[in-house]
Amino acid sequence: MLAKLRVGRFDPETSSPEPYFQEYELEVEDWFSVLDALIKIREEIDGTLSLRCACRASICGSCGMRVNGRAKLVCKTKLDSVWSPGETLTIEPMGNMPVITDLITDFTSFWDKVRQIDPYMQPTGPEPEAEYLASDESMVHLAGVMNCIMCGCCVSECTVLEVDENFIGPAALAKAYRFVADPRDGKAEERLKDLNEPTGIWDCTRCMQCVEVCPKDVDPMGRIMVMRDLAMEAGVKSTAGSRHTDSFVNSVKRSGRLNETRLTIESIGVMNIPGQLAMAPVGVKALLKGKLPPVRDHKIPSKKAVGEIVKKAEGKN
Amino acid sequence: MKYAFWPGCVALGGTPELYTSTKLVLGKLGIEVVELVNASCTGAGVLQEKNQKLGDTLNVRTFAQAEQMGLPIMTICSTCQGVMSQAQHAVSRDSDYLAEINTDLAAEGLEYHGDTVTKHLLWILVEEYGLDKLKEHFVVDLSGLKFAPFYGCYMIRPSDALGFAEVPERETSLEQVIEATGAEVVEFRGSRACCGLPILFINQDNSLKMVATHTGTAKDLGADAMVTPCPLCHLNLDGFQGKAVKKNRSSAVDLPILHLPQMLGLAMGFSAKELGMNKHMVSTGKLQDAVGELAGV
Repeated sequence: MLAKLRVGRFDPETSSPEPYFQEYELEVEDWFSVLDALIKIREEIDGTLSLRCACRASICGSCGMRVNGRAKLVCKTKLDSVWSPGETLTIEPMGNMPVITDLITDFTSFWDKVRQIDPYMQPTGPEPEAEYLASDESMVHLAGVMNCIMCGCCVSECTVLEVDENFIGPAALAKAYRFVADPRDGKAEERLKDLNEPTGIWDCTRCMQCVEVCPKDVDPMGRIMVMRDLAMEAGVKSTAGSRHTDSFVNSVKRSGRLNETRLTIESIGVMNIPGQLAMAPVGVKALLKGKLPPVRDHKIPSKKAVGEIVKKAEGKN
Repeated sequence: MKYAFWPGCVALGGTPELYTSTKLVLGKLGIEVVELVNASCTGAGVLQEKNQKLGDTLNVRTFAQAEQMGLPIMTICSTCQGVMSQAQHAVSRDSDYLAEINTDLAAEGLEYHGDTVTKHLLWILVEEYGLDKLKEHFVVDLSGLKFAPFYGCYMIRPSDALGFAEVPERETSLEQVIEATGAEVVEFRGSRACCGLPILFINQDNSLKMVATHTGTAKDLGADAMVTPCPLCHLNLDGFQGKAVKKNRSSAVDLPILHLPQMLGLAMGFSAKELGMNKHMVSTGKLQDAVGELAGV
């Protein structure tokens, strides 16, 4: 059958390099992956098309690209799962990274961020006579995150990186979790302190893009959420993020509902006068529009039952 | 059609116009609702950061209440819907987990057997009510207007918990409903992106850049308004649009952000005031004039 592919091109060696799309038509088989189609283009139609690939078995992490606007490993993506005869399939380089040429992106910032989280074991205490021991139970939850092949798909679709290139990002934060949660590592608290800073764990918006596009089910956002909890449990200094979570939980515990106005005030910090003043104009406008929720709680009749459930979960029963 | 209705904290708080416009529209459609007054906040993914099981327990508690009433649940908030779908997904795959949660609900005399269906109004319209029947209630053809859809992350991801494989039309439900009003859909990448609200108090610069990017892009593509099934997105896209645009763009945006029921209500002939559009932070005046012209008022 005949397939039509619209492929992102970019040649840095022209006098004024601009990205553009080029369309290719080719015969494809029903067993083709998207990568098979791209390799066929390169080998039979246009030898100038640049792309990165190696293992063709979703192990090396080289062939991340945007397929119809969303990052995927093209070797793992069957053509017929994203394309039907008569349609045009769009292939672009991944996002949130500079393009070197055509479908190849520059991973420099990706690796810089992985290095930033000290991606190696840092045991403390006396060295054991033989190997460092860890029980199966303490390691099994790390199996998923160790599946990460550093393909960059999560980084490509990260909503925060789109507006802030300094955000550590999902791949490096998932890697950080891999060490924070490893019982053999002795620097978990120091790591959490670093990750608690701006550009770290609290800057994630929980949009779940990374969870959705990860071809290896690493669940980067889930790992970030666990590190938020671990940071709060470890008493790492208060941040707007931890105040936000605490205020939210306390509101539900008191009343069964969210108190949006108190959430705003408490997240900013009651004593943070400049922060409160900066938020004031929006608050005043909402008040004038008759839509500023009251500071007092909106209590549900069964608030006590909800409060008991929250307290039990907090281990205070 | 009858549902156990969970409006969510924000429809009962910061976006009261969502609650009132929903009630108007449901009345017109003949959909009966019984409000779940004893349901708690879903946790919105925030409470889940602290304790996933606590979040799931609170949502299963709501499912159990609806099960006792013998009714499916209707939500009007993407975040509530997503978090509830995730909770349902977790307990439906793990009976031991459900049993553990039921132990915590026993004190209140509640037990969940797993049978409650929870759907956002948007899904109900597309999957159960039907767009043809919906159109029968429209008296103003909104042809000529351009609306940009904005789903809210929780109605888009994670797709497995939201049942997209089983019900593929969910993925494009908002576009379908916009088209049913006669309005043109403005397609843009931001329609399925994050509004930035979760980090508004944590990294306001980043949050506002998201607001400015999405509203600005939609405006540049000719949108007359943005339509969202998520009141949390509305809080940021409407409430902070002025500040966001001032900080990040040289040109004005002034894009009205409509709650889904407000758009339906305009097509049904309700006045902007009845739909609470005067309560928005971004003026809806120009849009009101345009709809007025289409209605021949």
